[in-house]
Amino acid sequence: MPEGLRVGYFPGCTLKTDARDFESSALAVARVLGIEVAELSRWNCCGTVYSLDAVNLMPRLASVHNLIRAEEEGFSEIMTLCSMCYNTLKQTNNLFTSKNNGRAAINDFLCLKPGYSGRVKIYHFLEFLREKIRPEQVKSLVVSPLAGVAVAPYYGCLLLRPKEIAIDDPEKPEILTPILSALGAKVIDFPFNNECCGAYQTAVHQEAVARRAYRIISSAQSEGADMIAVSCPLCHYNLSALQGLVRSTHPGLKAMPIVYFTELMARAMGLDYRTEIGVIPQDVAAAEARLRPSPNDPGREALK
Amino acid sequence: MTRLGVFICHCGKNIARTVNIEALREKAATLPHVVLAKDYLYLCSKPGQTMIADDIREHRLDKVLIAACSPRLHGKTFAQTAQRAGLNPYLLDMANIREHCSWVHIDGAEGTEKAFSIIKGGLGRLLYAEPLEPFQSPVTKRVLVIGGGVAGIQATLDIANSGYEVYLVEKSPSLGGHMAQLGETFPTLDCSSCILTPKMVEVSQNEHVHLLSYSEVTRIEGNIGQFQVTVRLRPRYVDETLCTGCGDCVPTCPVVVSNEFDQGLGARKAVYLPFPQAVPAVYTIDWDACLNTDKLIICENCYKDCEAKAINFLMEPQEKMVEVGAVVLATGYELMPVARIGEYGGDEYEDVIDGLQFERMLSASGPTGGVVRRPSDGRIPQNVVFVQCAGSRDPEHGIPYCSKVCCMYTAKHALLYKHAVPDGQVYVFYIDIRAAGKGHEEFVQKVMSEERILYLRGKVSKIFKSGAKLVVWGADTLSGRQVEIEADLVVLAMAVIPSSGSQKLARTLHIASDLSGFFSEAHPKLRPLESNTDGIFLAGAAQFAKDITDTVSQATGAAGKALSLLANDFIKLEPTISEVEEGICRGCGLCVSICPFGAVKMLPSTRTGAMVAGINPILCKGCGLCTAGCLSGAVTLKGSSFKQIFAQLEEMV
Amino acid sequence: MKIILGNSHPQSLFAQRIEALSRQKLFACYQCGKCSSGCPMAESMDLLPNRVIREAQLNNGPVIMSCRAVWFCSSCFACAVRCPKGIDIARIMEAVRTLQMLDGKPITEQPFCEDTGTLPQIALISHFRKFNM
Ligand SMILES: Cc1cc2nc3c(=O)[nH]c(=O)nc-3n(C[C@H](O)[C@H](O)[C@H](O)COP(=O)(O)OP(=O)(O)OC[C@H]3O[C@@H](n4cnc5c(N)ncnc54)[C@H](O)[C@@H]3O)c2cc1C
Ligand code: SF4
Ligand code: SF4
Ligand code: SF4
Ligand code: SF4
Ligand code: SF4
Repeated sequence: MPEGLRVGYFPGCTLKTDARDFESSALAVARVLGIEVAELSRWNCCGTVYSLDAVNLMPRLASVHNLIRAEEEGFSEIMTLCSMCYNTLKQTNNLFTSKNNGRAAINDFLCLKPGYSGRVKIYHFLEFLREKIRPEQVKSLVVSPLAGVAVAPYYGCLLLRPKEIAIDDPEKPEILTPILSALGAKVIDFPFNNECCGAYQTAVHQEAVARRAYRIISSAQSEGADMIAVSCPLCHYNLSALQGLVRSTHPGLKAMPIVYFTELMARAMGLDYRTEIGVIPQDVAAAEARLRPSPNDPGREALK
Repeated sequence: MTRLGVFICHCGKNIARTVNIEALREKAATLPHVVLAKDYLYLCSKPGQTMIADDIREHRLDKVLIAACSPRLHGKTFAQTAQRAGLNPYLLDMANIREHCSWVHIDGAEGTEKAFSIIKGGLGRLLYAEPLEPFQSPVTKRVLVIGGGVAGIQATLDIANSGYEVYLVEKSPSLGGHMAQLGETFPTLDCSSCILTPKMVEVSQNEHVHLLSYSEVTRIEGNIGQFQVTVRLRPRYVDETLCTGCGDCVPTCPVVVSNEFDQGLGARKAVYLPFPQAVPAVYTIDWDACLNTDKLIICENCYKDCEAKAINFLMEPQEKMVEVGAVVLATGYELMPVARIGEYGGDEYEDVIDGLQFERMLSASGPTGGVVRRPSDGRIPQNVVFVQCAGSRDPEHGIPYCSKVCCMYTAKHALLYKHAVPDGQVYVFYIDIRAAGKGHEEFVQKVMSEERILYLRGKVSKIFKSGAKLVVWGADTLSGRQVEIEADLVVLAMAVIPSSGSQKLARTLHIASDLSGFFSEAHPKLRPLESNTDGIFLAGAAQFAKDITDTVSQATGAAGKALSLLANDFIKLEPTISEVEEGICRGCGLCVSICPFGAVKMLPSTRTGAMVAGINPILCKGCGLCTAGCLSGAVTLKGSSFKQIFAQLEEMV
Repeated sequence: MKIILGNSHPQSLFAQRIEALSRQKLFACYQCGKCSSGCPMAESMDLLPNRVIREAQLNNGPVIMSCRAVWFCSSCFACAVRCPKGIDIARIMEAVRTLQMLDGKPITEQPFCEDTGTLPQIALISHFRKFNM
């Protein structure tokens, strides 16, 4: 186990409410992998979706405050679980490292001296795992392999675009493949794994988002996926909660369990991570049904 | 006493606008040794030159300074004027008061003052100028052609048919290049190999041509008129002189690999002839694929089957030295690999192919016998989508330029597919149609209307597989709608890029290439057939993407350029090169490592026998690096001696 | 609708304002349409993304200020990563949204969907971010 693997952790609002199982499973997994996840002692909303207005600085300040705190608390690296938090923090951080002097502009605007340096490195948990943990380490911790389970990793937009923040090839992402393979799952590559789920449009244009959900889910299904693994609470919501709405136009759609990739890791490692709230029960139940190994699975015996 | 003349040019208003010519001439007339100072509206004009020549004779001028534009523009003009007047041209110099002065100044007083100091400097330099004589170098009457595509073939034949020897070096086992792979050619639909094969045969039969196939140029030294070239002949493990081309070696060869001539669609053995009409008609063993290695002979099947005893597993690479007077570069192009475009599936989908693969399918001698079939399952595709500008016109991810031939060949592909599969559907995604050649626009329009082909104006964003079909996401910007097509086959008109290895070749030949990797021409408008190194000419797609018509025109032009060089027994070389003063050289050898052209060598002194630097006048380009680098000051650059330069500086500051 | 250009119709400032807000070069776009080909929300848009840019190039204020397409953009950047000219179309969409909001036209009112109660926080806050000033 590598020594002194410590990283600052920015949870974000949704991880403390709707996506509590995402957080609890990730923390459980990090613990057994020997990663010390140190939550920032103070943090606020990342500001959510990154503002694309080049002039107005206001919408960036929420992120900036978090970055300042991270630096104050002495973290050179912080990690997020939520893809949107990652995207927003990273894009904001890039403002400070870019050539066009965004750093001076924001620090001046906030009357900060010396201000934020731009030196905190922002990781998404997946990127952190890729850089610091070998797949064999993950494999060695697996007690009940996901043998026979076909998992389609879904990346969406926020980890891949714009290209300045991409943690993987935006057209052929596969950062989850080694992890899911290490868990024993069959990894399903499907062409919609980098297609947008409709994101925040879910708040206003649910029919449009449901059309996206339908195409993504049916594509994964036709490639033989049993479940879809995600890394973003918004994707999770759009793909799972809107399945009902999808069925109003496509009654034949079979239920597709949507799970966080960390949940799969925790389950395969035999870790108990379940919290009380914030899960969409029928999905997890369905996912679990698929995960439950057959009675004569030797892995299962070991767990008992 | 030296008698100097100064001539000041107005260059219309170009110089006169900011420089007070009258005042300048008066001041110049007062400088030491100046016996004549004149000005004129355009010195480069015929009357201007006549005036200068007359004045040189009339006033018995020893040296002349022309205060005008850059010598790059008119240095030659005035040198000829001096020569006509009987003055050694190196005793006439130019002071650049246009680019260096009038064009960069606004203020008249400042400009006039600077012009005066430039003239003073020029005169100082001129005082120490010495007469120089250009020297001659013999021309080797032989030409090297690199690349045996249609460009190289055409250039070779033009030169050889004029009676000169040609060495034609081709990297692959056969002549033909990409044209040999094509089925029919736009805009006339001539059968490509029917028009190319006779030319290939002609090359092999011409007594003036030495064909070096399966070979590459590894080294080139020398200068225009005299190049020493090293060619590396790869072992083909079949003796060219013995092989009869019978093909008996093939059936028992146990190794099957994909055939590059068929763009990977077909297969061949490890011992192979790339295609039936190959020239030379000699088999080659692909050593990477063959079971044998340099150390171990495992298989002898072909050896046993060859009655002519042509197979030799012990063949080794050979080096051949050839001397030529000129070089024609015709190394052609490649297509950008499909793998470069991730959103089109990279190279993951078998049924997403490039244009050359489609050509092979259309070719009667191709892997499918001229029937259009999906590579994945061999079925005849009913819906075919063509995607133009794949990788082209995309400075962000691909190449910034237009590949020039793909609009045309896509129209050709659409037509030929419709002829092969009349009930099939064709969709062409395009951004603009570029069909500017003779008969080209007519061809495209005819294809559209006669074959009823739906052209959709929009660039495709994504291609992916869905079951056995490919889904293409495009747009039709003319109707303002997204378009989704379920296709059986997608043909990408991939960008044309320089052939791999052309960068390395450019370094070997000391020639420049542009940002995209194509060889640079000496002047984009006026010298499109010449590289920036004298004596090396350019032909075909190696210079830029072009079709066969343009390729052949350029090849004939380049051959003409080479021939006009060969028409001279000698060429004149500039005497403004470096020279080592033996007595001062201390033999450190620094200059040897400095010279970028390999012109300096250490040789025993003819007088003392000690090792001193000696400069080969043919190789020296007069760049002056060794002059500046020599710590003992032993090297002089003729025409820019230390004395001249210091005198110029002293006068100016 | 005919577009009248030339001296008698001084250039309105839409193109410039959009460029200033987005810091993108509008005239670098050569209308290849790749942005529109892959846009996940285009089915719901009244103008395809390339048309939004075209109308901006044309300085066509009325069309830009009334187009609904920008309100369906999900800022997914699929267009931006694939644009051959490196144009960040998502930023242009945002600039048009901003202009419409500054204008205060009713078209910019984007009511919440019915069951806001189940929306995750990031969806709620994003809504405020994108659809309100
Ligand atoms: C799909 C497709 C269809 C086309 N259809 C048509 C058509 O219908 N009509 C038309 O007019 N044009 C067509 N073209 C264009 C045509 O292929 C070119 O104009 C022509 O092939 C250019 O000839 P070239 O000799 O300059 O280059 P190439 O054909 O590329 O030949 C270059 C030769 O140089 C050799 N070589 C490369 N590097 C070296 C080296 N370092 N040393 C020695 N040898 C080297 C190569 O092996 C090759 O033999 C088509 C192009 C494509 C891609
Ligand atoms: S069997 Fe011998 S002679 Fe015949 S093609 Fe092969 S190598 Fe040439
Ligand atoms: S020739 Fe046509 S298809 Fe090829 S790059 Fe140019 S415009 Fe595109
Ligand atoms: S002047 Fe330049 S080219 Fe000539 S010998 Fe010296 S370094 Fe070489
Ligand atoms: S992809 Fe880029 S260049 Fe093409 S239409 Fe869209 S913005 Fe313009
Ligand atoms: S960012 Fe907006 S315009 Fe661009 S592809 Fe995504 S939804 Fe469409």
